[in-house]
Amino acid sequence: MRDIQILDEPLTTQSCHDAVADPSAGGIVVFVGAVRNQTKGRKVLQLAFESYVPMALKEMGKIADSLSQKWGILHVSIHHRVGVLEIGEIPVIIAVSTPHRQAAFEACQYAIDTLKETVPIWKKEIFEDGTVWVSAHP
Amino acid sequence: MKIKLIAFGIAKEIIGPAESHLEVKNPCNIGDLKRILITQYHEFKKLQSIKFAINEDYQEDQFQIHEGDEVVIIPPVSGG
Repeated sequence: MRDIQILDEPLTTQSCHDAVADPSAGGIVVFVGAVRNQTKGRKVLQLAFESYVPMALKEMGKIADSLSQKWGILHVSIHHRVGVLEIGEIPVIIAVSTPHRQAAFEACQYAIDTLKETVPIWKKEIFEDGTVWVSAHP
Repeated sequence: MKIKLIAFGIAKEIIGPAESHLEVKNPCNIGDLKRILITQYHEFKKLQSIKFAINEDYQEDQFQIHEGDEVVIIPPVSGG
């Protein structure tokens, strides 16, 4: 099964883990993103996320398709949060279950790397003295 | 012809409103639209990249835009 959601409330690892748990799984890998307190030494206060939700869900669906084709995964759960997040809060969780652990590690890494490249979600860093859209400029 | 533009992230701040309308020549493809926007809003030139989506899918420069299409401007994404 695939459990793909964009939520404006706190994410929980338990929910993603439970979505991919399976008697035939030998391993479950869960990646948990976190809001870091600084960027290049500049103190970050908050991160604000926004998304083009229908397309983001579609692009995350394509990632799930790739995980099935390339690693034959059992299940995947991708939860991404939108709205304003405080330091230490969780913007994204990806859980993948596979019969053997190696495939779960590889598939989960591919999923987060690809999400950062293709899924229409944007984050703005909020500093004490201004804001910056992350990755917008070279 | 008239097309609808929808902007997110920094593109929304560059254009102003999240949704706007633009009159373009027919035919017009994504590459043409990109040139129009960069000419009109110089800030777009400074971005790492600028992509476009129609019907919730990325479209390449050669993709023909049709009257009434909703074109979504996708500045560099930064999820995760």
